[in-house]
Amino acid sequence: MTAFLRSLRDKDNLRGLGLISPSLLWMIGLLIIPLIVVMISSVGGRDPDGNVIFGFSFHNYLRLAGYNYDTPCGDVPPPCFDDLYLTILWRSLVLAFQTTALVIAVGYPLAYFVARAPAGHRNLLLFLILVPLWTNFVIRVYAWIMILRTQGVLNGLIGSALGVLNLPFKPLEMLYTPGAVLVGMVYEFLPFMILPMYTSLEKIDSSLFEAAADLGANPLRTFLRVTLPLSMPGVVAGTILVFIPVMGTFIVSDILGGRQVILVGNLIQRQFLDARDPAFGSAASILLMVMTLIVTIFYTRTFGFGEEIASA
Amino acid sequence: MSNRRSLWITLASLLVYVFLYAPIVVLVVFAFNSSKTNVIFEGVVNKGPCGPFYWFCVLFKNGEVLSAARNTMTIAIVSTVASTIIGTMAALALQRYAFPAKTFSEVSLYIPIVIPEIVMGIGILVLFSALFRWLNSAFGLQGDDRLALGLGTVIVSHIAFSIPFVALVVRARLHGFDKAIEEAAMDLGADEWVTFWRVTLPIIAPGVLSGGLLAFTLSLDDFVITFFTNGPGSTTLPIYVYGLLRRIITPEVNALSTVWIFTVLAALAISQRVQREA
Repeated sequence: MTAFLRSLRDKDNLRGLGLISPSLLWMIGLLIIPLIVVMISSVGGRDPDGNVIFGFSFHNYLRLAGYNYDTPCGDVPPPCFDDLYLTILWRSLVLAFQTTALVIAVGYPLAYFVARAPAGHRNLLLFLILVPLWTNFVIRVYAWIMILRTQGVLNGLIGSALGVLNLPFKPLEMLYTPGAVLVGMVYEFLPFMILPMYTSLEKIDSSLFEAAADLGANPLRTFLRVTLPLSMPGVVAGTILVFIPVMGTFIVSDILGGRQVILVGNLIQRQFLDARDPAFGSAASILLMVMTLIVTIFYTRTFGFGEEIASA
Repeated sequence: MSNRRSLWITLASLLVYVFLYAPIVVLVVFAFNSSKTNVIFEGVVNKGPCGPFYWFCVLFKNGEVLSAARNTMTIAIVSTVASTIIGTMAALALQRYAFPAKTFSEVSLYIPIVIPEIVMGIGILVLFSALFRWLNSAFGLQGDDRLALGLGTVIVSHIAFSIPFVALVVRARLHGFDKAIEEAAMDLGADEWVTFWRVTLPIIAPGVLSGGLLAFTLSLDDFVITFFTNGPGSTTLPIYVYGLLRRIITPEVNALSTVWIFTVLAALAISQRVQREA
């Protein structure tokens, strides 16, 4: 404390503190304290009105892990093992990995194309990737309802194409399936992957490709040994920007999955609205946060921290 | 690079662009649909004095939409101005000065990037509802005087998630800043304020402007944080649309989306022009 007070005599210290204090106030008041409140309420319980009763018990976490203490699991009377929540967690994790992998696969060629385009065209091409982002998130999901529903645009197109060939066609049931949720997720988060990948790819000196070719590398080898390693920082940054929000989102699964595809985000949201059990919802959020942190730390340890996040 | 390979990449890129724009085209086209259920396009609507723009007229007579639009703009403007100022201050502090708790401040600014938005949203919700419940009973507030979630809580939360992004962008701009220019101004007799207003700020202005633009887009696009922090009377357009999606969807939603898209594009075009002239 005395060291702190002494340091305030320094004019630079005082200025720095003065400039940082509003943002510190906001970060402590609206991030750190809320996180602590969530942690505290996750070990609490609920009253009949849906308010949190503060206490100290891990029963919310036990419930998430499958310990069902009040309702029967099929024929088995409580307490019993119920894998409902574990299935939801696992489904969310798998979907987040699938989305990230697909977004990399779909986005990489485009990022490469824009990075290698003539310098004068690059800004326009990038701008075109960003425009969909500026329409609203909810509106973008809604557009996919119109495309995917049974009498929707896609079935209409397939139907008329097959009609020309005189083939029979039964409209596909696409909406409210896991596939629809995956498509929606890829669509929502694609630009967040393309931008950092572009930043990395654009930095690569094209003489490196020539050097690789001169040294006898074929195109595939050049890609695997030169292009891909040098673009990894962008891929890593993009993965962080995509994986974390996908793990937590609930709108895409809510709207495109109907009631069929329930993710952690939906589970949490319901505890605060319909089910009115904020303590259980808090425990699920803490679990979600820990899961994303573990994956992110493991991933950045393996591939290095994505410095390109700043440039995105 | 061989031509055939670059042809494949071009073709793949073209397909991705189609994927990105097809939903938007569908949205806009269906805003002119004559079918009220809006499942199949049954031809261009031509009803009332507005003709093909029938759904747009319905939209502009809808009081709920207008108040949601007003809320959205109020939240976006207030939170952008506040977070741009606070974020720029933070960037200056972190880039220029050594001070106690610097590492802590730096780490705290990364939290919103690595934590799922829903966790932050429910955290703020739980905090505010507990705080308001306590304050209401402590001061015996009754009826309309009671503190509740509303525009204020949404704005304060939007400021919170925008600050880190503004700080990040402005810091990048400050990174290549030549301090000698400021020293020259001081040598020529300018005091610190004059130096800041006449030298530093004009140089970092593009960074501040793009930070502000980012904050504005984040606020307009936000659904999750708003969903958990809004209350009666502070519904925003995304929240309103979400509510509609769970009921019957008429082409009115498409008309709303179309107006939204073109408004944002116009705003972007204007800001690009302003930035180029600056």
